[in-house]
Amino acid sequence: MSDTDKELRVSKIRDGTVIDHVTAGQALNVLAILGIDGSGGESVSVGMNVPSDKLGLKDVVKVEGRELSQSEVDVLSLIAPEATINIIREFDVIEKNRVERTDSVTGILVCPNHNCITNADEPVRTEFAVLDDGVRCSYCGTMVREGDVAEHIDTRGSGETDL
Amino acid sequence: MLRDHLISAAHLSRDDIEAVLDHAAAIDADPEIVHGRHAGRVLALCFFEPSTRTKMSFETAMKRLGGDTVDMGAVESSSVKKGESLADTVRVIEGYADALVLRHPSEGSAKLASEFVDVPLVNAGDGAGQHPSQTLLDLYTIRENAGLDDITVGIMGDLKYGRTVHSLAHALTEFDVRQHFISPESLRLPRNVRYDLHEAGAQVREHTDLDEVLPELDVLYVTRIQRERFPEEREYREVAGEYRIDNEVLASAPDDLSVMHPLPRVDEIAPEVDETTRAKYFDQAHNGVPVRMALLDGLLGGEA
Repeated sequence: MSDTDKELRVSKIRDGTVIDHVTAGQALNVLAILGIDGSGGESVSVGMNVPSDKLGLKDVVKVEGRELSQSEVDVLSLIAPEATINIIREFDVIEKNRVERTDSVTGILVCPNHNCITNADEPVRTEFAVLDDGVRCSYCGTMVREGDVAEHIDTRGSGETDL
Repeated sequence: MLRDHLISAAHLSRDDIEAVLDHAAAIDADPEIVHGRHAGRVLALCFFEPSTRTKMSFETAMKRLGGDTVDMGAVESSSVKKGESLADTVRVIEGYADALVLRHPSEGSAKLASEFVDVPLVNAGDGAGQHPSQTLLDLYTIRENAGLDDITVGIMGDLKYGRTVHSLAHALTEFDVRQHFISPESLRLPRNVRYDLHEAGAQVREHTDLDEVLPELDVLYVTRIQRERFPEEREYREVAGEYRIDNEVLASAPDDLSVMHPLPRVDEIAPEVDETTRAKYFDQAHNGVPVRMALLDGLLGGEA
């Protein structure tokens, strides 16, 4: 059975985004990046620890009526570097993209240093430089290891780019 | 010479540093060379935290350049008390002045403020982050006493929260300097500074005991270990006691060791050391004026 066949076990969506090949166990963090907690009424399907030829196990997230902003994709690349993003219109995949690691990510992440000026109600978006093994706050210099990045996603959500 | 903001010592190249130090030395030798150069210009002092030395030496420096200063005053009596953001505060003050000096309790505050103003902004301390103008006067003092190449510098005390330490460590990577860091385990250099030193290829070692390294040092830079960094008074007293120096502790040091301290000190350097030729901390504080004159002259576009 191919990867795609297994993917079909999760219901198809009409318009929206399928984020596939997500590192197993990271699906809920992907939802956090998208600012989705169910309260917004989005139709969401999540597959966790689904068998994958490529990754062994993977997660899949399907979101109806939503595309990803560049900042969301940038952070996604940190927690799920193998992810593919499929944009769906009328049940067809019209675009398929791999995530790419960027030099920096803006917004989405919160600096873990409580004394950082980005946590002080100033008119500023967070910015983190991407290092080999994590990220670093461009304001205060605090570093976050790659494995800990998911803990610092802004759970208030970005609410960007509705379809 | 610097023309922009001064936010972090990590942004300073060796050429930047040497240009400021050379100009400071020239001013020190003959203050007349910059007499009245910035008449009619205004430096805004925005200190969200108390300061004596830094604020007064910037004020003195600007006045000796012929300019004037305006002072935001204490936070308690300002609009900040009403909840105004730092971004708004500096945008307003920018309209009154030709350059800004900012001290603020949050790390990253100077970078944020610099994004909202067009006039040059100097970071005069952002929380436990950086204090680059202090570093310039520290380097000036080191250069006068030991030179800046092929030397061994020990930096001791609160390395975790000490912003003067972070800035100095960054800047020393531009020179041929062996750096030793001496502190209790709980106050060692933060990970991001260690990362930068490693990336810069600096020669760095960490110690918990000064005796291990003291005989090798050309410079010993002492900083204050603050009471509030420890949950218990007893623990603070024990730790602070281990990192206090007097003439007995310094017995194994080279005769020409330079002892420095960004001040204020409490009791980490015994007053008896003041009387020795090793004590450089008061010279260091006095160097703040010519060095900040040189810095401001560059930022305000005085010296090419």
